[in-house]
Amino acid sequence: MLEDLFSIVKSRATGAATAQSAGDGHVSVPADLMFKCPRCQKMEFMENFTLSGKVCPSCNYHSRLTARERLEITADPTSFSEYDAALKSVNPIDFPGYPEKLAQLRAATGLEEAIITGECAIEGSRCVIGVMDSHFMMASMGSVVGEKITRAFEKATEKKLPVVMFTASGGARMQEGIISLMQMAKTSGAVSRHDDSGGLYITVLTDPTTGGVAASFAALGDIIIAEPKVLIGFAGRRVIENTIRQRLPDDFQSAEFFLSHGFVDMIVERSAMRKTLGRLLRFHERGDRP
Amino acid sequence: MSNPLTAWERIELIRNKNRPTARDYIPMIFEHFIEMHGDRCYGDDEAIIGGIGRIARVPVTIIAHVKGRNLEENKKTNFAMPHPEGYRKALRLMKQAEKFGRPVICLVDTPGAYCGIGAEERGQHEAIAKNLMEMMRLKTPILTIVLGEGGSGGALGLAVCDELAMLQNATYSVISPRGFASILWKDASREKEAANLIRITAEDLKEFGICDAIIPEPVGGAHRNPALAAEAISGYVRQAIPNFIQKPIDNLLQTRYIKFRKVGAFSET
Repeated sequence: MLEDLFSIVKSRATGAATAQSAGDGHVSVPADLMFKCPRCQKMEFMENFTLSGKVCPSCNYHSRLTARERLEITADPTSFSEYDAALKSVNPIDFPGYPEKLAQLRAATGLEEAIITGECAIEGSRCVIGVMDSHFMMASMGSVVGEKITRAFEKATEKKLPVVMFTASGGARMQEGIISLMQMAKTSGAVSRHDDSGGLYITVLTDPTTGGVAASFAALGDIIIAEPKVLIGFAGRRVIENTIRQRLPDDFQSAEFFLSHGFVDMIVERSAMRKTLGRLLRFHERGDRP
Repeated sequence: MSNPLTAWERIELIRNKNRPTARDYIPMIFEHFIEMHGDRCYGDDEAIIGGIGRIARVPVTIIAHVKGRNLEENKKTNFAMPHPEGYRKALRLMKQAEKFGRPVICLVDTPGAYCGIGAEERGQHEAIAKNLMEMMRLKTPILTIVLGEGGSGGALGLAVCDELAMLQNATYSVISPRGFASILWKDASREKEAANLIRITAEDLKEFGICDAIIPEPVGGAHRNPALAAEAISGYVRQAIPNFIQKPIDNLLQTRYIKFRKVGAFSET
């Protein structure tokens, strides 16, 4: 699964107008003209798909947004101010090609790293927000992602603000070796302190939330929301299929799968997300607003 | 105590079927070990064992990944790859240790948390995440010793601690070298090259400030003289415990938080 994710991201990040074949006919169409749903495989004109908020009109799969797009549809206009925009990744294990890969992704995505954090209002309620962007190295968690999340929780704790975290990730950033694994403990520690202080933490699981991110701060929300049809899970699908030597059902590791197994509070449509978050934040406000 | 072995040679050494497991070490290190079972939720995972024992007259809670020494044992312990109920049992026993003021000693030796249908259905991700969060604020000292393989999140689920020690030939990594080569290079056969590249040895982790102490092994590895290896581990635990049980809890938790908080490499300009 990770391999699939990486190849998808790579093709997007390099800006290659990769042709997608429709069925067996080998009809090539520019990737930015048509959207092919990875869940139901149906093709749709990109324009219709974009107008529907990047939700598949056929199966309701909520596809990946950029962090900027997510902030746009989530935060109240002009309310967002960014934290820690200057944090940059380095190459802690001297992994060959890592700095070049980062440079390439920065240029292709306009992002410095795989997450944007900051403060905003949602339907009038102030909160600290984090949005991961799967277009940047599948939003894998290295030092910068871990540090930004940790600082976001620490600021929220200090300012007595709730945290809303839109998660997406292929897992730990392997290019940073063991240091990336430690970000799981570090971010979970920051969540525990926010929790100890009585702060609210809402997680929104978006496509895909897997590996070390699923197994750390993404699973620790007081309230866990998922978008419809998104992929959630600890292990990659192919890894499991190789381990057990059988094909997995299609809905395995979907938002719906984890809702039915008790690991998600609710599935919320993209069009209703902002209102839902606003209402949840208001319920937990410590002032006297109704 | 320089170690002439490459990372790959150490991986081969710790995969030696005669390398002592937690089942071998526990009776040699702790007195009167009493094992406890079950997560009180779903089942009992034999990939992680836990219980109470004594060392230097101090009662401690011991939690350990267990590799099997033969196929029969490995069937029971699932090659030390835990399911969620293993992590939940571990957390239950840690909470028990917290209640009764016992230090927790975790022995890590796993290729990783199990990847399978049941593990996903029962929330492998949630079980590990919960352990990370709760261990970070557990109000009793935690010492973790990596005996052999420290495999990714499956190892970390027992490795949020006040002090991390590694046996001289133990490894600790974000992903197995094989997985690394397979994902990043699309070629699993380059695992040896990956092993030597991705910085997984005790010395590497010490350099990163993640591992605090390296416990020497007998010449040729722990399997050459398990009793001597056990003695070294025992010696480490005996000298480490007093440093932690005397610390005020707030101080202990703050130091634990900082131990992980400071790990990360980035620039900020």
